[in-house]
Amino acid sequence: MKFLDEYRDYKAVQQMAQAIRRSTTRPWTLMEVCGGQTYTIVKTGLQDLLPEGITLVHGPGCPVCVTPLDMIDRAVAIAQRSEVILCSFGDMLRVPGSTQSLFDAKASGADVRIVYSPLDALHLARSHPKREVVFFAVGFETTAPANAMAVWEAERENIPNFSMLVSHVLVPPAMEAILSSPDCRVQAFLAAGHVCMVMGFEEYVPISQKYRVPIVVTGFEPLDLLEGIQMAVAQLESGRAEVENQYARAVRRSGNHPAQERIAEVFEVTRRAWRGIGEIPSSGLRLREAYRHFDAESRFAVEFVHAEESSECIAGLVLQGLRKPYECPAFGTRCTPDTPLGAPMVSSEGACAAYFHFGRRKEDGNSILSTATAGH
Amino acid sequence: MAILSCPLPQPVTDRIVLAHGGGGRLTNQLIESVFLPAFSNSTLESRHDGAVLSANGTRLAMTTDTYVVHPLVFPGGTIGDLAVNGTVNDLAMCGARPLALSAGFVLEEGLSMETLRTVVASMREAARAAKVPIVTGDTKVVDKGKGDGLFLNTAGIGVVVAPKPVGPESVRPGDAVLVSGDLGAHGIAILSVRGGLEFEGEVRSDTASLWPAVEALLEAGIEVHCLRDLTRGGLSSALNEIASVARLRITVEEALIPVSDVVRGACELLGLDPLCVANEGRFVAFVPESNAGHALEVLRSQPVSAGAVHAGTVHETPPGIVTLRSRVGGNRVLDMLSGEQLPRIC
Amino acid sequence: MCLAVPGKIVTILEEENLGLRRGKVDFGGIRKEVCLDYTPEARVGDYVLVHVGFALTVVDEHEAQRVFEALRELDQLEELKESAP
Repeated sequence: MKFLDEYRDYKAVQQMAQAIRRSTTRPWTLMEVCGGQTYTIVKTGLQDLLPEGITLVHGPGCPVCVTPLDMIDRAVAIAQRSEVILCSFGDMLRVPGSTQSLFDAKASGADVRIVYSPLDALHLARSHPKREVVFFAVGFETTAPANAMAVWEAERENIPNFSMLVSHVLVPPAMEAILSSPDCRVQAFLAAGHVCMVMGFEEYVPISQKYRVPIVVTGFEPLDLLEGIQMAVAQLESGRAEVENQYARAVRRSGNHPAQERIAEVFEVTRRAWRGIGEIPSSGLRLREAYRHFDAESRFAVEFVHAEESSECIAGLVLQGLRKPYECPAFGTRCTPDTPLGAPMVSSEGACAAYFHFGRRKEDGNSILSTATAGH
Repeated sequence: MAILSCPLPQPVTDRIVLAHGGGGRLTNQLIESVFLPAFSNSTLESRHDGAVLSANGTRLAMTTDTYVVHPLVFPGGTIGDLAVNGTVNDLAMCGARPLALSAGFVLEEGLSMETLRTVVASMREAARAAKVPIVTGDTKVVDKGKGDGLFLNTAGIGVVVAPKPVGPESVRPGDAVLVSGDLGAHGIAILSVRGGLEFEGEVRSDTASLWPAVEALLEAGIEVHCLRDLTRGGLSSALNEIASVARLRITVEEALIPVSDVVRGACELLGLDPLCVANEGRFVAFVPESNAGHALEVLRSQPVSAGAVHAGTVHETPPGIVTLRSRVGGNRVLDMLSGEQLPRIC
Repeated sequence: MCLAVPGKIVTILEEENLGLRRGKVDFGGIRKEVCLDYTPEARVGDYVLVHVGFALTVVDEHEAQRVFEALRELDQLEELKESAP
């Protein structure tokens, strides 16, 4: 597939890895922000190609993982209403709420459906005028244009039985929250390429300057990630702290204007709670007044049980890159993909799930992977 | 079994959840905690696709399977030929020539007669192609709402022609892992017609009888240690089960595993891993390294395994793990899924 | 939040009844209808990155080549070093 295969080419990847090894003289800690980047890193075993000194910590770029507990509970409660068809992306369905996930609700009879696009949910609303179709709109800025368009269309066509449960989060405030934490060990960021594809990367310049950190807008294929790391390391080694764009084939400095306009028309910035991290001001999106009649939260006043998060789950520390998943005492034992204590173990690109599935476990102090592949 | 059904497993499973049928971790737990202790016998405990029994000196293989796929009709097949081929294949994986099949139908009140005829016609075709008669059967009808249109159980008997036992217990360190062809076609064919995820593309289910390929291997005198057809959970599940029972490590090279362009495109679009997507006409074979070249020749001479490749190797330790060397040279563990894969956007 | 896949625009359906601008995009043989409203400049034959049914950018083919040119130069440099006496 064009524009994918070339960035997975063995020779190119090995060459880039070599370039990193040659230019690294000191240990550096980098954070990749986006869950999709974490997924590629762990799935391709990219860490194996990096020199010892480069540590990658995984950031909170998994909107599934950071969706607050009570938002899941709200979605479940809405889904259980007999008139509702609740539509969601696949990623959300297995995330535990206080008592159950959306899929548990589905197994118990709630009409929960996986869709590829919010427009598919809108289509369902058109074809089922007697049902209430609710779309669970979770995501970063990458997904906001799609969700904004669905609402805008619903307004234009006057589709009364469509609504949206909004849990959108924004990346730059999260990065600032991480950088301003006194425990922060991150020295450079690989910014989320597809978020920047929509929003551009202007807003990272003040962050880079304020905290003196290199920020490299990076793509998602192995070659992209390595090139992003190479550019970040080059900055670190020479004492620079700038915003650079590795993913120039997809990202322009000012981003996608029509998308930004549609987002601004439909949504406004608000504060949001991030599961495992806490509330970050101005870090989320909600529907503007003019579109608030599509807000599922106000349309459906639902009762649900508030419960505490598992006290064992250290999702917040993992999401901020302060702990590796296998440093959690429950990792792989009490907390597994079958019996998750928190969202990062369930979401397909949550750091804990990625580490569990792709082998970064610790047994007797050695990763299964290192003992297994010693003779590879 | 609907591919996208995967509820979150609850910490204490006092109820059956859909993931128990997913073919992954929870299914195995269910088997180990409920069925094995109750029915315990050595044949059952070998946990292979079919049971091998002795009757008056003749070794017979017996297997059963129940099909609950939805939709009932999809590009390249129906629940009917899936069932016939699936049961024929389970027998083939024991090194047994299929002898006869039974078919038990549970029909939901309201099922269209035309759909039933379509399913039955595809069973006739598949049975004819596999040269296996359907010799007995049963039909029940349940109230509307109590069945998913049609549930189909098929059971099969075969005569074991493999000279030595074929199963995970025969796998040895150093064995070559052969994959019979490209992966993921069945799962993607099903997804292409599921509401909410449809797309256009020439993806047809790969449902087929594997017996001709197995028969060819046995007739060529290849020392076949283990065979496993790839169904739910894809290559990943099959290899994990074998590694676990054999207490050995299996490694595979991602770059050597064939995936057709359209399946790749669909997997990329939906965020799925082809190694975990269902197949219905593909299998893995474990043979001694010395037999690998010859085995590949034989497999490639059969239409159903024309795309066979040598994709991996068996090692001793650490036991029970499957590792993969990625296309770009890094390594990871190829883990069994818990439940089914869901499409992702992130 | 990030699974955006590159695909080639095969057909574009122009506005009918002020509907959304849509196109058929090909992903390695799989075709899906995609909303092109956010890439008004996109033409048939262009590659776009698609996320949840929306094209969000046209791939800049020139930029896409850049890294491979840089790697080629690196390769040549390495060869020079190796063949130097």
